[in-house]
Amino acid sequence: MTKANEAANIPREQPPGALAASGLEARRVSVSVSGKLLIDSVDCTVERGTLSALVGPNGAGKSTLLRALAAVELPSAGSVHFGEHDVLTMPRKPRARLTAFVEQDATTDSQLTVEMVVKLGRLPHQSLWEADSKDSLSVVEDSLATVSMTAFRDREFHSLSGGEKQRVMLARALAQEPQLLTLDEPTNHLDIAAQLDVLAILSGLTEHGVTVLAALHDLSLAASYCDHVIVLSGGRVVAAGPTKDVLTEALIADVYGVRASIVANPVTGRPMIGFSPA
Amino acid sequence: MAKVSPLAFGAALAIALLVSVTVAVTIGPANIRFDEVWRSIASHVGFGVSPLTELRDGIVWQLRMPRVLTAAAVGAGLALSGAVMQAITRNPLADPYLLGLSSGAALGAVSVLLLGAAVLLPFAAFLGALLALALTLLLAGSLGAITPSRTVLAGIAVSALASAITSFVIFWSVTGDSYREVLSWLLGSLSGARWPAVAITMTAIIVIGIPVMLTGRLLDSFAFGDVQAASLGVNVSATRWGLLAASALVTGAMVSVSGAIGFVGLILPHAVRLIVGPSHRALLPLSALLGAVFLVWADTLARTVFDPREIPVGIVTAMIGAPLFAVLLTRRKSST
Repeated sequence: MTKANEAANIPREQPPGALAASGLEARRVSVSVSGKLLIDSVDCTVERGTLSALVGPNGAGKSTLLRALAAVELPSAGSVHFGEHDVLTMPRKPRARLTAFVEQDATTDSQLTVEMVVKLGRLPHQSLWEADSKDSLSVVEDSLATVSMTAFRDREFHSLSGGEKQRVMLARALAQEPQLLTLDEPTNHLDIAAQLDVLAILSGLTEHGVTVLAALHDLSLAASYCDHVIVLSGGRVVAAGPTKDVLTEALIADVYGVRASIVANPVTGRPMIGFSPA
Repeated sequence: MAKVSPLAFGAALAIALLVSVTVAVTIGPANIRFDEVWRSIASHVGFGVSPLTELRDGIVWQLRMPRVLTAAAVGAGLALSGAVMQAITRNPLADPYLLGLSSGAALGAVSVLLLGAAVLLPFAAFLGALLALALTLLLAGSLGAITPSRTVLAGIAVSALASAITSFVIFWSVTGDSYREVLSWLLGSLSGARWPAVAITMTAIIVIGIPVMLTGRLLDSFAFGDVQAASLGVNVSATRWGLLAASALVTGAMVSVSGAIGFVGLILPHAVRLIVGPSHRALLPLSALLGAVFLVWADTLARTVFDPREIPVGIVTAMIGAPLFAVLLTRRKSST
C-alpha cells in the first residue's frame, strides 16, 4: 500500500465489512446539456470486483453516463457512491485515486513517450513538484507490465497502433491505482485480437478486486467477457443484471430493432450473438 | 530521439545567460571590458572596489545593464507565457500574439501613450492584454466547448480588431516625430529600458513567473484534453483560467516595457521541446531561460548591427523566428 493511499484511507484490496464492499451505486442520475435531457434519472449498480458492460444503441447516452459516473463531468442531479465514498462530492485528488476513467480515442499532439503517459496516472498521488518516488515508479512498472507494454516505454505515444495506444491508456489508468475503472468504448477501432486483448486485461483486473465498467458496442464481446450488463436506451436504463438473463433475443429486438439469434460458443460455452435485419 | 538531460541543459543555459548578460554589456559603440562590467556591478552593490570613471560607469550601469537585464526578463516572460498557452489550449501554434494578448496590450499602451498619460502605460498594457484574452475566450466559448482551434481562430479575430483600433488611434492622433516613437514601440523595442523597466519585468517573473513554472505536472495532464485532466483530479477550469490570467499578467508586464515582440513565445518552447522532450516540468523553466538568452542576443543585434542606427528588436526576432517557424511547420507535416 502506498503512502498516498493510507493518507486518503483508501484500501487497495477488497476490505472486510459490508458497506465498504458494496460497489458502484448510482441513484437518479440525470444529465442535461443546454436544456436537453440526455440521461434521465438513471439508477444502476455495479458489483465490486466485477466486469460489467454498458451497452445500448448510438446516442443512448453511454458516454454521457460514464462521464457522470466517473465524475469527470458532473451530472445535473443524482448521487453516485462507491463503497462508503460519495464520488460526486469527494475532493478531486482522492477521487482520482479511487476511480480512473479511460476516454474513447484519446489523442494528443504532444510527443510524450509511453512511460510519460503512464506516469500521468501518478498525478493524484503526488504533489506538483516532488520527484517520482520509488513506490510511484514501481507502480508505473507494474502498470506497464500488466498491459505488456514495458518494451514500448520509450516510444512516442502518437507513433503507436490503436491497440497499443489503448493499452497505454489502460496502464495510465492503472497507475492511478483505482478501485473503480470506467472505460468508454475501449475496443473502438481495434482489430479483433486487440479487442480480446483489452477485455482479457480488464477481466484480469477484477481478480485483483478492481470494479470495471466499460461501454461496449459489440454485444458478443460483452456477452463473452462481462458478468453483468446494463442496457441504456434513450437516456434510460431499460434492463440490467447478469448477462445471460439480460441479453435476450427479445430485448435486443426491442432496443436495437434487429433480429438476434443467441447460441452457445462451441469453444467457450458463453453466449454468441448473430444478427439479421428485423 | 535522444534527448538531453533537462538538468544538464538547464545548467548550460544558466551559465550561458550569465555569460551572455556580461558579454552583451561589453558590446556597443563604447568599448567596455569584461572586468569593467563586474567592477561596476561590484561597486554598485557595495563592494569596496575602485569605481569606473563616471562616463564609463554611466554607460554600463545606467544604459546597458538595465537594458540587457530587461531583455533577459522579457524574453523569459514571453517564452514562458508561450509554453503555458501552448499546453493549455493544446495548440502548438499558440503564443501571446495569437491569442490576442499582445495586440490588446499594444492597444492599451498606445492609447495612454497618445493621451499623454505615459505613467499609466504598464497598467493600460496589462488591462488591454487581459481584456483581449477575455474577449478571445468568450468568443471561443460562444462557439461551443473551448477547443484548441476555436481558441486560436477567436484570437486571430480579436488580434485583428485590436490592431485595427490601434492603427486608427495612431493614424488619427500621431504627428511627426511621435510617429516613429510609437511605431518602434509597436514593433517592440528595448531602447528605452532603464531600471524601472527592470523592476517591472523582474517583479513579474519572480511573483508570477516562478509559481507558474512549478505547474508543469498540471500542464502535462492536459496533453489528452480536459476530460483526462479532470479524471486525473485536476480542477480543469480553475487551472485553465488561473494560468491564462497569469500568462496575461506576465505578457502585459513585458509588453508594457518592450512593446509587442513576436515569435519569442512561439518558437522557443518548441526549440526546448526538441532538445529535452515534452514534459512541462522541464519545459517551463528551460523555455524561460532560453527565452532570456535569446532576447539578450536579439536586442544586442538590434542595437549594434546598423550602428549608429538602431532597429526595433521585434524586427530581429521576426527575421529569426519566421524562418524557424516555417521549418517547424514542415517538420509537423512530415510527422503527422
